[in-house]
Amino acid sequence: MSIDLKYGIPTVCLHTDMFTTVTKSVVRMNGAPRMRQVYLPHPVMGKTPAEIRAYVYGASPVSGRPVMQEVVEGLTRALDEEERKGLTFERSTPRLCEPASEDALRQLFLDNHWTDNLPIVLPTVERVAEMLKHTRRKPDDVVGHHTATHFREVWQCTVEQVAVNAVMAGARPEYFPVILAIAATGVSARGSSTSSMASMVVVNGPVRKELNMNAGTGAMGPYNHANATIGRAFGLLSQNLQGGSLPGDTYMGSMGNALAYASPTFAENEERSPFEPLHVQHGYRPDQSVVSVFAGMRHMAFTLGLRPGHWREQVRNMMRGMDPNESPTFLLDPIAARLFQDIGGLKTKQDLIGWICENGRMPAGEYWDYQLVQNYLYPRATFGEEPLAGKLRAAPDEMVRLWTPEQVNVVVVGGETNGYWRIAGARLAGSACVDDWR
Amino acid sequence: MATQRVVHNPMGYPPKVAGKALAPRLDTLDGRTVYLVDCRFDDSDILLKSVQAWFAEHMPSVKAIYKPINNVYTRDDPTTWQEIKDKGAAAIIGVGH
Repeated sequence: MSIDLKYGIPTVCLHTDMFTTVTKSVVRMNGAPRMRQVYLPHPVMGKTPAEIRAYVYGASPVSGRPVMQEVVEGLTRALDEEERKGLTFERSTPRLCEPASEDALRQLFLDNHWTDNLPIVLPTVERVAEMLKHTRRKPDDVVGHHTATHFREVWQCTVEQVAVNAVMAGARPEYFPVILAIAATGVSARGSSTSSMASMVVVNGPVRKELNMNAGTGAMGPYNHANATIGRAFGLLSQNLQGGSLPGDTYMGSMGNALAYASPTFAENEERSPFEPLHVQHGYRPDQSVVSVFAGMRHMAFTLGLRPGHWREQVRNMMRGMDPNESPTFLLDPIAARLFQDIGGLKTKQDLIGWICENGRMPAGEYWDYQLVQNYLYPRATFGEEPLAGKLRAAPDEMVRLWTPEQVNVVVVGGETNGYWRIAGARLAGSACVDDWR
Repeated sequence: MATQRVVHNPMGYPPKVAGKALAPRLDTLDGRTVYLVDCRFDDSDILLKSVQAWFAEHMPSVKAIYKPINNVYTRDDPTTWQEIKDKGAAAIIGVGH
């Protein structure tokens, strides 16, 4: 849009018809609802040049008119008054809903897409006031800003609005500083990406014990009130404080993601971990309470233990199965973490991360042919960004590294019922100190 | 009559949307340079090159320049926009999904 609206170059945008609603919504929210847009059949990816030629030479599935006729007209048809002015408007968010019965309010919240379609706790004035007692911050203090995607407008939220969503999730008031810290990162658990991302939160430091969070058996499952409701609050506040998460408009995840129900939230098992805690790895003091918010969570690899014979090959195989465009986060039961020390000889977290980066490789030709690598990494490589540009110079059969140490995280979680472990495709997108929000 | 409850609205605050004018359109494309801006997303290069072929076939007086952006589509690319402003008359950008 900026090429037309900011640089003054007459422009036509080509989209596929699957994105008709969302693209019209996006230009409206950017003040130019009549942006000249032309729609082609969907999808473009994977089609042959002949098929795509037929798209271009054929008719728009939205208007029924020839695509290129619409393109030429979009660049040459004189602007009307509305197109010369754009659209200016303001929306307000009333603090309270109209008084109604509990049943009517529950229906209102469902109708407005304010829930995750599971029952909520209604955010009564009394419940929200109780939540607000657990922070020194004023109700109208700004916590942060959220958006469903970088193309859309950015919304702002206050302490009170975060409290409303925390109540809806069933969180206890004492959890509120953790939820505020998560909101302050500005990371959304309801990103609109077509890839159907979910998010994950790791909690470190003293607040884990204060809130009786689970770092042990079942920590990533539905077995602890704080873990469960803080994660759910993250999801609800994301969708409501960014302006919605509605399929076809503000959410375009093709398949959806069951992890988004929970936004898995858990404490790191610092006491049983042989490695430094996650927050210390990222520069915080051990006595600080910190939330680390991971985004882009879509897939995991999984195995049990490490065996002396072929553990290296097996872990390499697991890493080869990960999406090379996403960062890896190793989620290790304490037993597995110690196996990396005892069998792998990787005594520190830095040793392990170094081994991961050295051994997470694939042939350059295969790497660059991944569609996600083409979409998101290849353009950066051609622009000269290292170390991507170096990988682009590699011969097709040269084994290139998938990740840099800065991309790799290791978290120890679990109750030592066995030495299972996972690799999650998930990147650390933001962190915040809980103590700032008490 | 059921008890009336008073509850908070859970939404955040949206920004004010300021209207923006579209760039003035051209009288004609004849003899003009049109940049075909490739967002480098999901085979968009094939699409833009088909558009280029269409111009060569149907409007040969139009100089249609295929131009991939310098980075990922999620990042702004002022260098490319400025180049188009300096050297071109119009742009077709795709595929934006």
